[in-house]
Amino acid sequence: MSFNFLSVIIFLPLAVAIMLALLPRLSVKAIKYIAVFVTLAVLALSLHLFANFDRNISGMQFEEIYSWIPALSANYHLGIDGISLPLVILTALLGLTSVLISWKVETRAREFFIWLLVLESSVLGVFCSLNLLLFFIFWEIEVIPVYFLISIWGSGSKRNSALKYVIFTLAGSALMLAGIICMYYVSGTLEMRALEPGNGISWNNAIPAMSSVPIFFMLLAGFAVKLPIVPLHSWQPDTYSDAPTAVSVMLSGALAKMGAYGIIRLCVTLFPQSAQRYAPILLTLAVIGIIYGGILALRQTNLKRLIAYSSISHMGFVLLGIFALGQTSMVGASLQMVSHGLVTSLLFITAGIIIEHTDKTTIPSLGGLARQMPATATFFVLAGLGALGLPATSGFAAEFTTLLGSFNSSAKWFATVALLGVLLSAVYILWTIQRVFYGPALLGFDNVRDAGKLQRFYCGLLVILIFVIGICPTILTSVIQSSVSAISSLVGS
Amino acid sequence: MNLDLLRPEICLAVTAIVVIAVDLFFRHKLLVTITSIVGLLVSFGMAISLIGSHELSVGNGLFILDNYAIYFKFLFLGIACLVILASTDYVKRLQNLHGEFHALLLTATLGAMLTATAQDIIAMLLSIELTAISLYALVAMLKNSKSSESAVKYLLLGAVNSAILLFGLALVFGFSGSTSLLDIAQTVSSIQVGNIADNAGLIFGLVLILAGFAFKIAVVPFHMWAPDVYEGAPTPITLFLSTVSKIAGFSILVRFLLTGFSLPESLSNNWGVILAVVSAITMTAGNLLALTQHNIKRLLAYSSIAQSGYMLIAVATMGIGSFHTISSSSLLYYLTAFAVAEVAVFTVIIIASKHKDNDDIADYAGLAKQSPLLACAMTLGLLSLMGLPPLVGFMGKLYVFSQAVQHDLLWLVIIAVVNSVISACYYLKIIRAIWVDAPASADNIRSSFAPKAVLLIACAGILLFGILPSILISGTEWGADLISGIWEFFR
Repeated sequence: MSFNFLSVIIFLPLAVAIMLALLPRLSVKAIKYIAVFVTLAVLALSLHLFANFDRNISGMQFEEIYSWIPALSANYHLGIDGISLPLVILTALLGLTSVLISWKVETRAREFFIWLLVLESSVLGVFCSLNLLLFFIFWEIEVIPVYFLISIWGSGSKRNSALKYVIFTLAGSALMLAGIICMYYVSGTLEMRALEPGNGISWNNAIPAMSSVPIFFMLLAGFAVKLPIVPLHSWQPDTYSDAPTAVSVMLSGALAKMGAYGIIRLCVTLFPQSAQRYAPILLTLAVIGIIYGGILALRQTNLKRLIAYSSISHMGFVLLGIFALGQTSMVGASLQMVSHGLVTSLLFITAGIIIEHTDKTTIPSLGGLARQMPATATFFVLAGLGALGLPATSGFAAEFTTLLGSFNSSAKWFATVALLGVLLSAVYILWTIQRVFYGPALLGFDNVRDAGKLQRFYCGLLVILIFVIGICPTILTSVIQSSVSAISSLVGS
Repeated sequence: MNLDLLRPEICLAVTAIVVIAVDLFFRHKLLVTITSIVGLLVSFGMAISLIGSHELSVGNGLFILDNYAIYFKFLFLGIACLVILASTDYVKRLQNLHGEFHALLLTATLGAMLTATAQDIIAMLLSIELTAISLYALVAMLKNSKSSESAVKYLLLGAVNSAILLFGLALVFGFSGSTSLLDIAQTVSSIQVGNIADNAGLIFGLVLILAGFAFKIAVVPFHMWAPDVYEGAPTPITLFLSTVSKIAGFSILVRFLLTGFSLPESLSNNWGVILAVVSAITMTAGNLLALTQHNIKRLLAYSSIAQSGYMLIAVATMGIGSFHTISSSSLLYYLTAFAVAEVAVFTVIIIASKHKDNDDIADYAGLAKQSPLLACAMTLGLLSLMGLPPLVGFMGKLYVFSQAVQHDLLWLVIIAVVNSVISACYYLKIIRAIWVDAPASADNIRSSFAPKAVLLIACAGILLFGILPSILISGTEWGADLISGIWEFFR
């Protein structure tokens, strides 16, 4: 491979961010156009990868490996497979979208776009890293841009939410770091591929405290915070609702996937036995998340918090699909990651438009908006349909596959309970649509503007993708399939 | 008497005298600064010329010359250089004390260099005192009530500490019959494994000496002086205290323990475990106490105490296991990473304090608007102290923690990573003030070129050594070659 596509994709936004930081005289407009151009270029490159991706290979493609820190046997090692590729494209897409969403940011615009680009770089880095140290570094870098983006441009009690986010994330990743160091000590390598079972690493020869089970849980702690898995979710509604819309989109669309991706890539792939043994616990947590998130979403009056709780519920399906440990269920989980990324982003965008144009954040103060904001209403309804899993939307394809796969495995009963979550989501989504958009039109909203042209453009784009994936999921499943089957064969199903 | 091997030190001593003379005879105060810098650079050059020489006995066995000593010479000279450059504006506040400030800074550096190279407990004590006495005067140099108060505090506690250290050294001398670490090592290593308790005097002496060192490196429960002294001292001296003085303490702690008390293993395992426990207490106490601070210098004092805890992890691993070289290398890496970050943070405080009423965190509100360079440097420094990748502080932590895991200290690593999370709370408090809060005034912060250059050097170090740690690791691995001479000696 003569051209290092992955390095370019990862470091292009970062390089441009540094350039923007060093050129203080650029006008705000120029900065915005540069940001669009860069994120567009990243998206184009990632689509190029998608086109040239060999769908029959289960291993890594577009690999790059260079020696980096010999003393720690850490390499600069990148590569993608069928699980990471859709997430790379999703991140690139949401990166572009979030730049477009922020078109109206005027206060400290230069810093805003710098942090947004740094954020995109770090998330892309997480999905492409094949070395544990590199993975961890990208994983940690992301905290800083998010902290600044929320605490400067957020709303509500933005400072506390930002701090809460950082503390939760750092606490999780601190344990993850301890786990990574233990893995390094036991195996002497930081290469993910070399750590896979079958390479003769015996985890249980070491001191009991460093055998596979504690390491599995130390890694899981970091991912569980990001996903989030239920007892560790309390940062999420605050953060999502206080963050600026672009950041909510990145957080829910791309960053939450880092957790799920980490679980598949590290917890399940490297420790299949522990994954099997503790699957019932995690399945229970997944189902609790699905139901609990749904119930809390029902009770929310704040629009963004409602979406945040629905996000917890939907990410529960990802966890369910992963720990059902079947091939179909894992494909479903991967599909759900992409689908959730698109659907939740669209929900946050439309909610952001409503909040921005009406200055109201709570559902009871809204009503009858379908008349004044027909386009926004349409997009919200379509996204809502995706969220409740209507056939022909990506939500249906993903959740159906996940549940189907789970029924075919030992996770049957968990899947049965999870069905209740689908019902719940139908209730809260439809109820929200009714309360926000239908009913008598309120006089106070007579002069409210509808979504503008630009907003219609990127909302439309997301809607199209939701339906394309819903109608023809093989576009993605053909990419995901072979990589997932390699992993699911490790866990013996 | 191969004193030519001490040429960097001799050069520094001469420079100190020349600086006083220059101050006496020339009006232009810039000359003092230039003379000091030139002296430091010449000394640095001489240290480079020493690379490759190994000498077990320099000056009739008072000193030793090994890579370890040379590494610290580089480190101390480099930091001293940066401190002097960073304080070019600040010294104008010291009225007529230009010459004294620079000369004492040089003698303090000289003391630190001698400490790292000392091989005999008399030389050790004298070098430590040289640094300490220079610093007593430097701390008082602002001549206001706060500065004087902290100087008196430092002096009194320092004197008590010296007495304890001296008592410990006397006991060790009494029971081993020699002042040379090599002879002490022979006596100690000949103790039978079961008979350690019979040598109560020796062990008691060791405990007292460790307490003495603990004061120098500000480890709980000998840390009380640090916040008060850090707060009252002139900021460049605070920087010097928290870097050179502390690092010198670590350099002699490691040499003393590894040369004198590493054998028999049952003994070194004991002090290893004790240090591990002390380290856990130190970092937890330091971080928790830092949470409530409002004064930035006090906060950094507690943060520096907590950092001592992380550094002690590396020292503890040296006692427990047998991979001394990598453990020492990880300590050298951490010390260097810490020094670079401290230089960045304190230089910002030195520059900004000219424009701020006092050193409250609230005074740093909106620093990003007033001076982006200062804000960036401060943020990088703090994030590096916090241990965020890809900055040098993260690599330091990773290096030290991975050594700890290798030595079966996973519990300590867990405590340490949890502590890093706690520390994030107070580091972010400063970062938030800088970037998020609105500035009190709109006027920009100006400074001359030299402090800015220091900031740029420090930031470059934080980023470069963080992203490409191999550059620094090759240096620290070279420097960690500490006791090769000792093993030959025993053979």
